[in-house]
Amino acid sequence: MSSISLPPEPRSQVDDPSSLVARFGADEPLMMDAGIPLGPWQIAYQTYGRLNADKTNAVLICHALTGDQHVANVSPVTGKPGWWTTMVGPGKPVDTDRFFVICANVIGGCMGTTGPASTDPATGRPYALDFPVVTIRDMVRAQAALIDRLGIETLFCVVGGSMGGMQVLQWAASYPDRVFSALPIATAARHSAQNIAFHEVGRQAVMADPDWRGGRYLVEGTRPAKGLAVARMGAHITYLSEMALHRKFGRNYQDRNAPTFSFDADFQIESYLRYQGVSFVERFDANSYLYVTRAMDYFDLAAEHGGSLAKAFKGSATRFCVISFTSDWLFPTSDSRAIVHALNAAAASVGFVEVESDKGHDAFLLDEPEMFAAAKGFIDAAARVRGIA
Amino acid sequence: MTATALLTPTEDHAGHRLDFLLVTDMVEPGSRVLDVGCGDGSLLALLRDRRGVDGRGIELSREGVNTCLAKGLPVIQGDADTDLSDYPDDAFDYVILSQTIQATRQPKVVLENLLRIGRRAIVSFPNFGHWSVRLDLFLRGRMPVTRNMPYSWYDTPNIHFCTIRDFVELCGEVGAEMEKAVALDAGGSPVRVTLPWWAWNLLGQQGVFLLKRR
Repeated sequence: MSSISLPPEPRSQVDDPSSLVARFGADEPLMMDAGIPLGPWQIAYQTYGRLNADKTNAVLICHALTGDQHVANVSPVTGKPGWWTTMVGPGKPVDTDRFFVICANVIGGCMGTTGPASTDPATGRPYALDFPVVTIRDMVRAQAALIDRLGIETLFCVVGGSMGGMQVLQWAASYPDRVFSALPIATAARHSAQNIAFHEVGRQAVMADPDWRGGRYLVEGTRPAKGLAVARMGAHITYLSEMALHRKFGRNYQDRNAPTFSFDADFQIESYLRYQGVSFVERFDANSYLYVTRAMDYFDLAAEHGGSLAKAFKGSATRFCVISFTSDWLFPTSDSRAIVHALNAAAASVGFVEVESDKGHDAFLLDEPEMFAAAKGFIDAAARVRGIA
Repeated sequence: MTATALLTPTEDHAGHRLDFLLVTDMVEPGSRVLDVGCGDGSLLALLRDRRGVDGRGIELSREGVNTCLAKGLPVIQGDADTDLSDYPDDAFDYVILSQTIQATRQPKVVLENLLRIGRRAIVSFPNFGHWSVRLDLFLRGRMPVTRNMPYSWYDTPNIHFCTIRDFVELCGEVGAEMEKAVALDAGGSPVRVTLPWWAWNLLGQQGVFLLKRR
């Protein structure tokens, strides 16, 4: 790991983000699943397009583990385009010319919504591990409070991939009357043992970094950059596929023609992963990584409903479209089929398509014309029924 | 289940397939329908528009599923042979299997599933007992390949052909009661109901059956 150097301290987006922010006072606490009321608290969000007079054209985008609210604008942190400009924008499946699109940073995040890096008003210092453990339902509850604040009764569509897809499912289960249509992509109704295992490895990497300091690194002026980078490197492998790795890197050497008989990054894949690790550290808070991965681990929608996923959707009038990818082994098609089966058992309206792709889990963020076709067809048809086409 | 179109069924002036119109007539308005092997969703759309049904579909091809989604039809990518077992009992008023049973690996299991999932099943299939098919076998000694049956024996997706008589027997075996049975001739018109079974089996190019669990 000798090549990982400490990057410069990023501009803090934590308490005062470059976003819209909805603030809730101590009198409007967020009731967390951990049994702790969180307040005061805030949620940072971006919007695109215009809300119509009837307030029937609002689309909520839910971001994945390390995403943020900057879905379709240049990130103020990295200077790169939004993370889902292929899906969200003028003329895109989530068409910002027609819909009012909202995307909020999740609770527990580090981009302006209250999380472990936020200042605890009780102490004046970052919460760190004093922050209550977060669940997917907490994230959705916080989003619902924002939607209330915006005066929107029913969302036309809730869209998200991976952890974002978990939020979509949670929205549909928690607020069936407020979700006209739902588009969960590359996701699952519960996190698998294998996925919990990968997350645990990542968290242990962070916590094993001496600079983590029991989570109090912000106060102590250190950063567990190496641990977080290793966590990201490991996780990044799970987002790809063997085929994609082979196609992109093979066994190619990095800037050399032969192995150096050292532990330098001889292979392109090593160099690539190190870069992924280092650049991630520049934009993400280590404790947030612990909290948000934990939220995914705890997600089991059926468990909330006596072990029956179908019960979670019973009587739902929401129109669902589920999308998976053939080479996604992190959230395999079988996970999506389990959702579809439950929706069928609940007599819900559901479409499902498995997109052929060799790009692994990451496919949902990439240029996948089949996914766009399915999403656009589904959203446009729903818009016609909703009367906002 | 798309590559199963054996016939090029005749259409009415509005471009609707006559066998689809016949199926549509069999379905009570406002009922819940599952179309297994729904293709591009033409039948589901017809059922929705004419009978106000709450329709669902299963389709093997991604292209078919996407076409259906774009029509606002809730269709899932799946396979009649493997995915029907996941549906609960009595989930639908009707389960339709249109021009698909001959392409399934286990027609009997599929039929049993249709009758379990739906209170009624509607099955249509090409009749291998049609006189033109018999003529091919009898005179030429060859597996029939015609305009309506374009596949050679070695590359056909239609692996379980049956005649109308065969299907009637299968219905008996799985305990299905026939509420309606219609044979359509080459022009897509129903064969006269007064004719006996053997005539149906000879003149019907396809059979359309409305079945009920006994």
